[in-house]
Amino acid sequence: MADTNLTQVNSPAAQRTNPLVLFLRKYGWGYVFVLPSFLAFGIFTFIPVIWAFIISFQDFRPRGGGDWVGLQNYRDAFTTQNGVFLEALKNTIIYAVVTVTANIFIGLFLASLLQPLSNKFQTFFRAAYYLPAVTSAVIIAVTWRWLFNTQWGFLNFLLGLIGAAPVRWLSDPDIALQSIILSTVFTIPAAGVVLFNAAMNSIPKDFYEAADLEGAGPIRKWWSITLPLIKSTTLYVVVLYTIASFEVFEKVYIMVPSGVGNSTQTIVTQIYQTVFSQFRYGVASAQAMVLFVIVVSFAVIQFRFFRSDVEY
Amino acid sequence: MALSVAQNAGRQAPSRVTAPRILMWVALILTTLISLFPMYWMFVTAFTPTQDTIKTPPDLFPHADLSNFERLFAQARDYWAWFANSVIITLGITFFHLIFDTLSGYAFAKKRFPGRNILFWVIISTLMIPPQVTLVPLYIVVQNFNLRDSLWAVILPGWANVFGIFLMRQYIQTLPTELEEAGRIDGCSEPGIFWRIILPLSKPALAALAIFTFVRFWNDFLWPSMVLIKSPSYTLPVGVASLQTEFSTDYGLIFAGSALAALPMILFFLAFQKYFLEGVRAGAVKG
Repeated sequence: MADTNLTQVNSPAAQRTNPLVLFLRKYGWGYVFVLPSFLAFGIFTFIPVIWAFIISFQDFRPRGGGDWVGLQNYRDAFTTQNGVFLEALKNTIIYAVVTVTANIFIGLFLASLLQPLSNKFQTFFRAAYYLPAVTSAVIIAVTWRWLFNTQWGFLNFLLGLIGAAPVRWLSDPDIALQSIILSTVFTIPAAGVVLFNAAMNSIPKDFYEAADLEGAGPIRKWWSITLPLIKSTTLYVVVLYTIASFEVFEKVYIMVPSGVGNSTQTIVTQIYQTVFSQFRYGVASAQAMVLFVIVVSFAVIQFRFFRSDVEY
Repeated sequence: MALSVAQNAGRQAPSRVTAPRILMWVALILTTLISLFPMYWMFVTAFTPTQDTIKTPPDLFPHADLSNFERLFAQARDYWAWFANSVIITLGITFFHLIFDTLSGYAFAKKRFPGRNILFWVIISTLMIPPQVTLVPLYIVVQNFNLRDSLWAVILPGWANVFGIFLMRQYIQTLPTELEEAGRIDGCSEPGIFWRIILPLSKPALAALAIFTFVRFWNDFLWPSMVLIKSPSYTLPVGVASLQTEFSTDYGLIFAGSALAALPMILFFLAFQKYFLEGVRAGAVKG
């Protein structure tokens, strides 16, 4: 009996009757190799996302709760504290529109200036633009808060030189959001420059030579060759910066820790406050779901981009 | 490549001094100064005696004064603990990604198994999920299991990060399959092939991955600030943020702490610049 089993396992006939063994022998290692990553994503991404979706329909508070409340959290998300979340949405959209537009134009502009330079200079300027981006957003925000200081800040010192009155950059509710936007605009979009630079460097040189022969000027070449050929990179950078701007948090939280009224609330600072000041996890999850929907609608573009294999 | 670019540059814009050329250089240099100024100002303030930081006009150049650092170490007693926590957390996350992103990147690049493409796109789709969505459930878990102030509460969620898998898959796809085949013929086991052939060959990509992951999590703030409550368990960004509230007008001390926290990443960048920018670009390469 034992003998027959042994021979059967090794015979082709037995393998046909044991498809699982065959399958695992052929493909098993592939699954084993992706398993750790999938465990991490399962436990720390997929389950929490589904759970957040469930909580957004529950009255969930620290230590207990969990009654189903239907759409009440979504209603509360927008009406709690006199609708500050709506204000936060509006602020975030303003922040996103202005900073993304500025980042794209500055990134394109600087990358275009770099394009004709020698490799040595390109490397130098890319590094100079990228260097501040390796420090934490917290440190950058702490520094900007200091630059914006009404009494001793560097910006008001500059204004003083031309005889202008000091500006209450971060404490005046009418301009606090604009100041935060200003600090982002003045931070060179380093990743954008690097990506645009790489895309422009990969454009075949003979395209430009052909245009030279036809007597095209630099502006014309930029408009008719460079811009169309880096279109997919531009799209990617737009999505990248749009998503990042909708998730803006550190900057605001550090520069105006207690907020300036509601004028500097953003989506994520609101979620943070709903968790830590109001302890309403259900409402915070509902607000997070709103952010989710916004980001996903932009990310779908990014996703399609990742799938497409359009090359120059 | 370098040569052709240089030649091309020479042809396009002869080294004649023209108005557009001057404007171009002015723009490049001005933006460089703007880009670096906040960082410069941070260092200036860190090395200026704190009573001199609040005067008009401000001193535009750094003093050779270490009093802010002395006060930082005397008054923010946990500073080195923050530093150590940052190192432990960041290494814990980076080490995981080096091994397991390479494993799954290898599987996605070279192994054939049913569902491979679906699994890959499932992972890539997590790019769409704002990290803030998972905060509330993870926070509830941390509370219920009393993991507050535990470094594991920061390390473990850091393991779910898609960038490295994508990067390693891209890279391993370019490795010749013959090498694995040769290993297989020599009787090497599958884990052996990974360990002895794939991992050593992936060194350049691993360097980019290590650096990118390290910087990304060294600078992380939102999640650590939610779960690290007591000062001794802070990371550097959380600690620096707390300096600002605790020593509100002692700008010298605040920026001594900030500058010291930023320094490792700045040095790191200057040393491994190539890999940094490689990582940025890899994120943009299509699958």
